Amino acid sequence: MSGVNPTVPILEVRGVGKVYGSVIALTDISTSVSAGEVLCVLGDNGAGKSTLLKVLAGVHPHSTGELLLDGEAVRFDGPRHALDAGIATVHQDLAIVPLMPVWRNFFLGAELSAGIGPFSRLKVAEMRAVTSAELSRMGIDLRDVDQPIGTLSGGERQSVAIARAIYFGARVVILDEPTSALGVKQAGVVLRYVAQARDRGLAVVFVTHNPHHAYPVGDRFLVLNRGASLGEFDKTGIRIAELTRLMAGGAELDTLAREIERS
Amino acid sequence: MTSLAPAPARPGSDERLAARHPVARLLRRPEMGALVAALAIFTYFSLATNAFLSPAGTATWLYSASLFGIMAVAVAMLMIGGEFDLSAGAMTGTTGLLVGAFTTQYGMNLWFAMLLALLIALAVGAANGILVVKTGIPSFIVTLATFFILQGVNLAGTKLITGQVAIQGMTLVPDFAVGKAIFGSTIPVLGLDLKVSIFWWIGITALASWLLLRTRYGNWIFAIGGQLQSAVQTGVPVRRTRIGLFMGTAAAGWLVGMLSLFDVATVQATTGIGQEFVYIICAVVGGCLLTGGYGSAIGAALGALIYGMILQGIVFAQWDNNWLKAFLGGMLLLAVLVNLSVRRQAGVRA
Repeated sequence: MSGVNPTVPILEVRGVGKVYGSVIALTDISTSVSAGEVLCVLGDNGAGKSTLLKVLAGVHPHSTGELLLDGEAVRFDGPRHALDAGIATVHQDLAIVPLMPVWRNFFLGAELSAGIGPFSRLKVAEMRAVTSAELSRMGIDLRDVDQPIGTLSGGERQSVAIARAIYFGARVVILDEPTSALGVKQAGVVLRYVAQARDRGLAVVFVTHNPHHAYPVGDRFLVLNRGASLGEFDKTGIRIAELTRLMAGGAELDTLAREIERS
Repeated sequence: MTSLAPAPARPGSDERLAARHPVARLLRRPEMGALVAALAIFTYFSLATNAFLSPAGTATWLYSASLFGIMAVAVAMLMIGGEFDLSAGAMTGTTGLLVGAFTTQYGMNLWFAMLLALLIALAVGAANGILVVKTGIPSFIVTLATFFILQGVNLAGTKLITGQVAIQGMTLVPDFAVGKAIFGSTIPVLGLDLKVSIFWWIGITALASWLLLRTRYGNWIFAIGGQLQSAVQTGVPVRRTRIGLFMGTAAAGWLVGMLSLFDVATVQATTGIGQEFVYIICAVVGGCLLTGGYGSAIGAALGALIYGMILQGIVFAQWDNNWLKAFLGGMLLLAVLVNLSVRRQAGVRA
């Protein structure tokens, strides 16, 4: 983190919007994330979480507003560009290839190779060793890095994907619903990795629809609804009950409650 | 921190790993089924016929396997990448016919004609790839169209230029002898007169195997065929790699076109037609999944070896030639069933 002004967030958006054809998916979102901080992006289905994530990860360029990397405006050409800038994303589908060994998945798209041009060959032994070491560093105890990643459990696969993002991302890790498909215990394991990543000085963007998973690890919470921001809150400024109510649409939920009571 | 992390993995063995027998471990490799089948067929024909193991007989089935093998290996790489190329067979005819026509009819320099034919083949391969990548139309359909186009052009073009359905007179072309040495010669090895194509076959198989298992391109090919979206998300140059694979089968078609051209010095306009499925069968028998993401170059080479042995073995055993097709169908079905269980074992839970 040396050489970077600590007061400037690593990643920041100012008034960002995204339009797909005639669909306005996101309007006027402003937020930021700094090193050693967890920003939680909360919202119900269709709130715009995924769109914001895609803008941050370089999958789709933003339509309006500004995206700032270390305080300077950028425009990502694609996921590779964002990755090169130190922004790694763990997508909901984990971006893994089930039939390939764990170590090949770990280094997919960023393989270590020796030699020049067409004659470069993979450093297989080194990649196996790094995969093993990185996983055990995160407390992931894997039987065999040569087994197809499809044979691992859901939590294990999620953990490998996060460990990969941390190893390569280095600065910002974006997690898309990392706990939503998991049981209580497995979700707890993943939340520990999130905390570990934060303690290692990474900026974490944690996208979820579950405030109970977000609240324990989050430092700040951005709540989205129908493509717009309902506000950004510090942990000190909001309790979990309020967060839940806000996410579910607040007033809408109250109306619904009254309706159901009457009938 | 210490309370968060479970005990690190012990080095060496792990008690949760059921001790896998080395043989069981070997059997999980994609090409093992084909190796066992190849040995069985080899043993059978060796015992059942006298000609099969004779020097001339061995050279014959090896030669036959080599031409299919080169194509099967290229097609296997494409299939691991999740695509098909039905135009691969016709391409072996097109390239041979192009060189034949350029040199015998238009007096073009042999080497220039060969280079031009290679460039045309690569362009057709690239066109296949670009169409698939840009439009998302299944490669089965795109290359089926290319197959028919090439088949039509091969026949109609040859007739138009020569008035016949074959191109002859290659031996009169200057430098033909040099080309013959590279693509059509015979090399004696341990009392066997082996056609040079057998060495091309071994070389191509080794190259493809190295590409698949020991370079980043190989990693990308497996990833693209296994889970395209994941390959995109991890920043793999997906388009470039996929188009390259189609160009690879086209280039292999050119090589096989040259190997047959210099072997017999004539090209039939129907060369290669109907062989596109044989390549796919060889690849599948060699362990390739039809759905992509799994397979091996050595397996495909073994699949072609099996095909070559059966093709010639049936002749040596003096059976009706038509049994070949029935054999082929049976082998394919068996291979697909074996591959299915492999896929299940590999536990595709996602």
